[in-house]
Amino acid sequence: MIVINRFRGIRFLALRRLSQITIILLFAAGNLLGWHFLRGNLSTSRIFGVVTLSDPYAILQVLASGVLISGEALFGGLIVFLFFGLIAGRSFCSWVCPVNIVADFADWLRKAAGPGESEKNPVMGRDVRYWVIAVSLAVSFFTGVAAFEWVSPISMMHRGLIFGFGMGWTMVLAVFLFDLTVLRHGFCGHVCPLGAFYSIITRFSLVRVSHSSDKCTHCMRCRQICPEQQVLTMVGTTSGPVTSGECTNCGRCIDVCNDDAMKFGVRMRTAKT
Amino acid sequence: MSIDDKEPRMPERRKFFINMAKGLGAATMGGLAWTGFLDGKKVYATILRPPGAVSEKEFIAKCTKCGLCVEACPFKALILAEPGDDRPVGTPYFRMREKPCRMCRDIPCTVSCPTGALLPSLVSDSDELGRPRLNINLAKIGLAVIDRETCIAYWGIQCDACYRACPVIDKAITVEYTKNERTGKHALLAPVVHGGHCTGCGLCEHACVTKKASVFVLPRELAMGESSDRYIRAWEGPDEEKLEGLPEDTETVTPRSEKSPLEYLNKGDL
Repeated sequence: MIVINRFRGIRFLALRRLSQITIILLFAAGNLLGWHFLRGNLSTSRIFGVVTLSDPYAILQVLASGVLISGEALFGGLIVFLFFGLIAGRSFCSWVCPVNIVADFADWLRKAAGPGESEKNPVMGRDVRYWVIAVSLAVSFFTGVAAFEWVSPISMMHRGLIFGFGMGWTMVLAVFLFDLTVLRHGFCGHVCPLGAFYSIITRFSLVRVSHSSDKCTHCMRCRQICPEQQVLTMVGTTSGPVTSGECTNCGRCIDVCNDDAMKFGVRMRTAKT
Repeated sequence: MSIDDKEPRMPERRKFFINMAKGLGAATMGGLAWTGFLDGKKVYATILRPPGAVSEKEFIAKCTKCGLCVEACPFKALILAEPGDDRPVGTPYFRMREKPCRMCRDIPCTVSCPTGALLPSLVSDSDELGRPRLNINLAKIGLAVIDRETCIAYWGIQCDACYRACPVIDKAITVEYTKNERTGKHALLAPVVHGGHCTGCGLCEHACVTKKASVFVLPRELAMGESSDRYIRAWEGPDEEKLEGLPEDTETVTPRSEKSPLEYLNKGDL
């Protein structure tokens, strides 16, 4: 029973790590062993050599830089856009992105080191990431290259894992240290324009964490563990789904809730009950 | 509606404008630094792109750094630039001295590109029925350039390593037999590259026996000049046809031509 309970406390965390690592391994096997499941990387990939997927934010930057990319890449971006935008929410960040593993590790170390400090006066606000999107598009326009793709720690890490890191590990270490020493959830929650892009497009996505305040005992463990606390404003007061696109659907709140007050649901259905 | 009701709104609005101004300032600062950083990173003059690459300026805009071309290369000759390679990060390139392009007939790298940074149409001609057909001989990865000072064949030592390695042998590289003026007694079997046929595959650079390759591939923009429409190779049909349709007079404007000949001849600053 204890084992089961303990697993229950990390079930979505375990599933997410499984998802993230499987995706990395499939891409790496694509390059090293020639497997056809997934080839390329998170910027643009092919599934079984047939379906092309692309990062819609990268495509947007390419368009901002003033060139028209191929229809295949545009369509690939549209598929990903619709999948997360209509269905899966900002789950890219917590279920796919490799930097999430680094960021979570930094957060775990923070917690292990001592009680978390308040987020009252952070060195920067969570709106910074939306500014970064605007700036990245402007820089793309002026330099003629997709600006974030050239500096993105996500691409550096993901490409590094598949094709070899080079000096790219410095970028990953920088994100780790930033999260560890400067600002809690600093990169993913404050700076990363890719996460911010997904926040914007997933405002109306279907899969949502939903809260039932009848069962809630106000222990606030969900808010303590949540990397985007501001999305859980309704905890303990009103029932209903998380409506903000900033929720990454990581499911940690469901993991830690002892009262069964959090669960994954579909927006429509939970809205009725 | 008294003044009291309105008063609290002013600081709010001012706060909003001040915050917007702050944000804009910070964004401009970040944007300028970002632009400056990219400006230094996006150009690497001697980079050699895969066959069928569009112009370098368009290439670095379109390439999403997915690495599909690198994965498609059966000889693992294409490299995806890593941070620290000094080249535009995440983009594909060749190091010919180490691993040259083997000129696959099905050009898997070009065909695999999802974004249009590599275009099969740039390395295709048409078959008997007029359908497009891949032809790797149309590739323009770069142009082989021979350094006649260090090439030992130009010293009079018999070496035809590059000539033998060339997949377009006798077209892209020929050996010219001349008298060795240096010794006055011997023959010179000197390799010469012909730009019309050279694909820039780099097999010559790979094969070159000198310590540092004396034949090496450079991007065409770097290795080639461009003559104007007025200069033709006389008695060569296609070249003479260039003149047809050109206007009677062309005016070439250079800093010198802006002055009258008398003026610049008399000033002495030739």
